[in-house]
Amino acid sequence: MAGAFGLYRAYAAASIRSQLSYRASLVMTTIGIFLVTASEFVAVWALFDRFGQVRGWTLPEAALLYGMSSVSWAVCDAIGRGFDVFGDMVKTGGFDRLLLRPRSTVLQLLGQDFTLRRFGRLAQGLLVLGYAAVAGTIDWTVGRAVLLAGAIACGVCAFLGLLVLQATSAFWTIDKLEVWNAFTYGGLTMSRYPLPLYRPWFRAVFIFVIPLACVTYFPGVVILGRAEPLGAPAIAGWLAPLAGPAFLALGLQVWRIGIRHYRSTGS
Amino acid sequence: MPQIVVEQLVKTYQVAERAPGLWGALRGLVRRKHRTVRALDGISFAIERGELVGYIGPNGAGKSTTVKALSGILVPDSGRCEVAGRVPWQQRIAHVAQIGVVFGQRTQLWWDLPVIESFELLRDIYRVPPDRYARARDQMIGLLDLAPLLDVPVRQLSLGQRMRCDLAAALLHEPAILFLDEPTIGLDAPSKLAVRDFIQRLNRDRGVTVILTTHDMDDIEALCTRVMVIAGGKILSDGTLAALRGQVTRERWLTVDLASADAAIDEPDATVIRRDGGRVCLAFDPQAVAPAELIRRVTSRHAVRDLFVENPPIETIVARLYAAHGGGEAGSEP
Repeated sequence: MAGAFGLYRAYAAASIRSQLSYRASLVMTTIGIFLVTASEFVAVWALFDRFGQVRGWTLPEAALLYGMSSVSWAVCDAIGRGFDVFGDMVKTGGFDRLLLRPRSTVLQLLGQDFTLRRFGRLAQGLLVLGYAAVAGTIDWTVGRAVLLAGAIACGVCAFLGLLVLQATSAFWTIDKLEVWNAFTYGGLTMSRYPLPLYRPWFRAVFIFVIPLACVTYFPGVVILGRAEPLGAPAIAGWLAPLAGPAFLALGLQVWRIGIRHYRSTGS
Repeated sequence: MPQIVVEQLVKTYQVAERAPGLWGALRGLVRRKHRTVRALDGISFAIERGELVGYIGPNGAGKSTTVKALSGILVPDSGRCEVAGRVPWQQRIAHVAQIGVVFGQRTQLWWDLPVIESFELLRDIYRVPPDRYARARDQMIGLLDLAPLLDVPVRQLSLGQRMRCDLAAALLHEPAILFLDEPTIGLDAPSKLAVRDFIQRLNRDRGVTVILTTHDMDDIEALCTRVMVIAGGKILSDGTLAALRGQVTRERWLTVDLASADAAIDEPDATVIRRDGGRVCLAFDPQAVAPAELIRRVTSRHAVRDLFVENPPIETIVARLYAAHGGGEAGSEP
């Protein structure tokens, strides 16, 4: 009857009904987010329009990475909002209430707030992705389409992993550490552009530490049918996205340590 | 076998100490001094199924630490605790499915949703089968008179209405044990009475064990057959209200209305503790002087319009007990 998925659906439905009780505000913020994020892409378009290509990348090629990253982040942001505002929950004691319920804390936090207004961001991501798919020279095969979908799903996991780690830090610092924003929003911006544009140490961080390049750039190169200039083996594009779920699993493990700490210090 | 057993429970917190002012805050960033606070200093008690126990103490005494340990949120440093045969913090999920918790200051309902939708979410969270849910829900609606509130978003409820809904929400999964944390705080008189009446019926008719923390002594007098007093992490008193009174003082109060507002009153066995015009309140020890004897003496020497004898209010008793143990504000509640 009420398995984890069933409960998540009930939570999401409740969250959506809550938001619909402020309909005008919801519509306005959704449109607002769409316009803001759309204007971000206009800046990218202007850059390519001026120079034609950037280090051998055309606009539709760059748009593929941009779209993949935006869609992953939009989905993650819509479902993982509970983790994003988690610091306040710890401060106000709201987290105790979650511990008093006979369900996993992760499931309850995911269900906490299913944010509809993020659809503004999702719409932007999908539009950019659609543009990349038709305007470029991608030779679409079933395999490449599957890789695209898989990479986006893995991207959602990678971003969620970041949100979970960010939330976990609240067990120790109470205040959400702003430094995390450098990784979440910095990582988001980084993952929208081709990896070879960055310095080697910076690339290494986003391949091996926070694997956002693994869920956008490497599969992106395979989908585009480009030669990979950094010397990664051809199979990397197919396997690298799995770093996303692995990163999330790591985040959840640290989360468990955080809860143990919280329950023994009570702060 | 008692339903709740607590033995020698100890919990300490590390509290960061910080010098006052901006300079202190900056220094605290670099080096912090920590002070250990014993929130629970080896407390022991046992509670039988179906008891209604008041748990009182000044702020920072360890009340909420105890409740957190009993409800499985907090892992203590040492000591034993079993609730219905389980160690709360070892089997959190199985444990919390069997208990209900209500915080007077916080709601567990969904702010923007109609009350009934919160109930349905809780049904899914606690995996209550549909027939049992329907029965529990209808009983709660009847007992707490919730029918007119079900379609109202929680944010539009008055405090009293919200508390009634919160009580129902905590009981939809029919827990055997209910923890109430200041359930009457901020309520108007009729709401207080309704909440008290409900708690009493729940305990008497259904045998639900209730542990009630409160600062409102009227709650305690109206509801509890047993009171535990905690201060400084130690249980100071555990027994009936009468026993608590006896432990602190035998004192009784005689209040007399004198005909003349400025008559001097001087009794060797009694002390004047309050005087307001002709109304004088005398404290006396009934073992040193029998009440009847004191009344005879006072009425023979003064013109008395009215008089009555009473026990000191339970607030006074409790305040004295706290004070005797360095009580009062013992620190902040962690």
